[in-house]
Amino acid sequence: MSDELGEIAAGVAGAARDGEQVEAYVVRSHETEVKVFGGAVESLAVAEAAGIGVRVVVDGRQGIAYAGSLDADVVASVLADARDNASYGAADPAYGLATPADLDGVAPPTLDLWRDDVLGTPTEAKVELAIAADRAVLASDPRVRGVESTDYGDAALEMAMVASTGVRASIRRTTSSVSSVALAGERDETQTGYGFDVARSFGELDIERVASMAAERSTRLLGATQPATRRIPVVFDPMVTASVLALIGSALSGEAVLKGRSMFAERLGETIAAPSVTIIDDPTNPEAFGATPVDGEGIPTRAVPLVRDGTLLGFLHNLYTARRTGSATTGSAVRGYASTPGVGARALHLVPGAKSATDVLAAVPEALYVQSVSGLHSGTNAVSGDFSVGAEGLMVRDGALAEPVRELTVASTLQRMLQDVVEVGSDLTWLPGGTAGVTLLVADMTMAGS
Amino acid sequence: MLETAVVEATLQRALAGGGDFADVFVEDRAVTSATYDDRKVEEMRSGRSRGAGIRVVAGETTGFAHTTDLSAEGLGAAAGAAAAAAKAGGPGTRMAALTRRDAPAPHEVVTLPGEVAKARKVEMLARADDAARAESDSISQVTSSYADSRRQILVANSDGVLATDDQVRTRFAVQCVASGDTGLQTGMEAPGRTIGFEFFDEHPPEEIARIAAARAVGKLSARPAPSGKLPVVLRRGAGGVLFHEACGHGLEADLVNRDASVFRGMVGERVAGKGVTLVDDGTFARDWGACAIDDEGAPAQRNVLIDDGVLTDYMWDLVRARRAGRPSTANGRRETYQHLPMVRMTNTYITPGTEDPDEIIRQTPYGLYCVALGGGQVNTATGDFVFGITEAYMIEDGRITEPVRAAQLIGNGPEALRAVDVVGNDFDTWTGMCGKDGQSVPVSSGQPTLRVAELTVGGTAA
Repeated sequence: MSDELGEIAAGVAGAARDGEQVEAYVVRSHETEVKVFGGAVESLAVAEAAGIGVRVVVDGRQGIAYAGSLDADVVASVLADARDNASYGAADPAYGLATPADLDGVAPPTLDLWRDDVLGTPTEAKVELAIAADRAVLASDPRVRGVESTDYGDAALEMAMVASTGVRASIRRTTSSVSSVALAGERDETQTGYGFDVARSFGELDIERVASMAAERSTRLLGATQPATRRIPVVFDPMVTASVLALIGSALSGEAVLKGRSMFAERLGETIAAPSVTIIDDPTNPEAFGATPVDGEGIPTRAVPLVRDGTLLGFLHNLYTARRTGSATTGSAVRGYASTPGVGARALHLVPGAKSATDVLAAVPEALYVQSVSGLHSGTNAVSGDFSVGAEGLMVRDGALAEPVRELTVASTLQRMLQDVVEVGSDLTWLPGGTAGVTLLVADMTMAGS
Repeated sequence: MLETAVVEATLQRALAGGGDFADVFVEDRAVTSATYDDRKVEEMRSGRSRGAGIRVVAGETTGFAHTTDLSAEGLGAAAGAAAAAAKAGGPGTRMAALTRRDAPAPHEVVTLPGEVAKARKVEMLARADDAARAESDSISQVTSSYADSRRQILVANSDGVLATDDQVRTRFAVQCVASGDTGLQTGMEAPGRTIGFEFFDEHPPEEIARIAAARAVGKLSARPAPSGKLPVVLRRGAGGVLFHEACGHGLEADLVNRDASVFRGMVGERVAGKGVTLVDDGTFARDWGACAIDDEGAPAQRNVLIDDGVLTDYMWDLVRARRAGRPSTANGRRETYQHLPMVRMTNTYITPGTEDPDEIIRQTPYGLYCVALGGGQVNTATGDFVFGITEAYMIEDGRITEPVRAAQLIGNGPEALRAVDVVGNDFDTWTGMCGKDGQSVPVSSGQPTLRVAELTVGGTAA
């Protein structure tokens, strides 16, 4: 099927005129989505979607146009629109598609990211799994009184891109996931807990994992009260660490640096974090759900060390930000068919430490364990580093999880938090969304409550 | 967009094997956007998407399929797939004859953005960039973006409804970075309206730019936000998002029905103080969430959700309303034809009260004055919500004093509603994108200046 996408892309790129670079990025996806409520299917959607994005660079100007269709007349009009849009862009010699020279003789890593069973499994079996997961969550604990919803989703995505400069790339990958929100209750109190599992193949999904996670996370919050305002050490759950790491990753993008939007811009070679902090973006790791052999411009990916033992080593770049800053692309162009390539991390992680999550807690006399956060995008600012989020979780007393707390915020700055890292756990967990999580102990934050 | 006969045949095919209800949603969307960054046009982009989503409801189950192929064959295939997904059985439902039921547009669009030269759109961006940089020497970076969209929709269903709408939206955003001794700070302003290029008559780019620039510069000298509980005064417009999060989502019938709302079973009960009236209004002319019909073909309407403190109704989409044996409130919305509709807000606001806004400040010995908020989130099952402050000042001895840095405000929906103790006589709205179950739709929220007696502020100052 990728051959068909490659032919469409090659057809567009082949229409490049003299002095013009044309790139076509063509995507097709098959998706299944099942929503279960009350033990029965609430909705089932089975869909195929496709789209094309065309980028034109001419006289140093760039334009892009896209359409959610691969019909021949649509594809032709997208190329015409992209040409028209380019005429309104500002000229910048740093614009330009990837050329074979940019590949520098590096071959893309061989990654097997496709599992036939995602498309091959009958829809009925997917529906059965979703219903079984819903029942498993409800049966997991007597205090789980209901399930807000249980969702199954999968996607099989194929992409082909061809640039008139001679660069071609294609990708195909699958993911499947099941998630549920448990409603735990006692008397008139309700607490929610999220459980999920995600895998490349349908066959790897584990509904018991979903059920036990949702049950544990909802029931352990029952009886939660608002804590008193004070400064306190904070332990982040791996899922929370992954979200915080994503914010730090956005400040490590060459685009943020180039545009004066990174707090790390002038700090290359300096100590920006505690010695236990080493941060790497490695899209060549097939365990990462953001793994890919090539980036959004057709450049082979590679492991990019960003922070080592607390020292800032570098930034992520695509071709444009690399040319503008006099550095080399790190294969970090991210895009969908409707956008120009930006810069972003795909498999960002902290290199795990030696202690298990239990051992990290065991060393702490009193702390706040943050199970989940809310308002991460409204309350934090990756430019200034201001960090303030709503949270719920448990107190840690004498090295173990104790009473639950809710309706509180934790605040600091991202700069301060990096310096305050005391311990990085060994429990590295890959999550959807381009980051991995790990249990993380931060020495000092402000907890606001009553 | 499509011949009525084709639409009818598609619905018949969808219900051929059984099922209680079916609808066809056709959407043709054209967008143009331009970004001005680092003193130049970074991107001029245009896009088009067109397709149809077909839904079949059988008992409690909904089957859904979508296609980009709008031929009779393509639509028929999608209808068959949706019917198979719904697993409908038994005799087919009799379909009512389609009758046009177009609702009047809430307002007129003067200048279609598609008829405006791209050069004029770029000119707006350049004007914003100049104005922001002229505001202060400490402005170190400016990003402006222009976006317009035209969304033409057709909805038809087995009840015989056939309606269309032509939704034109324009939005302009400016984000500034200010650099000072204390590091970098940002300021943003991003109004949007359901109108065409005449948007700029009301919102000159210079004005949007100056607000964003002043917001960034002001924060350079801001002190850390306080931490703990204190009175919070929300300036007109700024705090609508609090009511959107704190109670709006909890009043969506889909969440209420699955026992995931703290407001379940509370219709007729007092949930807020006297003087608090909450309305969701798709006909609120020109605002970001306005429309003539919702995405299930129901004419937009004004729904009073809380009347003088008493909960009067939830918001309903068509399918859940049918099951409950009542009419929809025209709150069935979807991001695109590729998504199923669900209960969504449109323009949600608290109506003005009687107090002079300046007097509200004077009556507050100590507290926080919020001028701009950056969005929020709620857990509807517990009512716990958060929202980010992007511009705020301390109130000391009844006067507005120093600016404070960004922080999160948290609270509990029912508690915050009851804690509203003074409502001002002014009014403004705020533009946002509301996310729910992975779908994002344009909404606005609004409110007069008002005071919440106590909220938790998550700053770093002890």
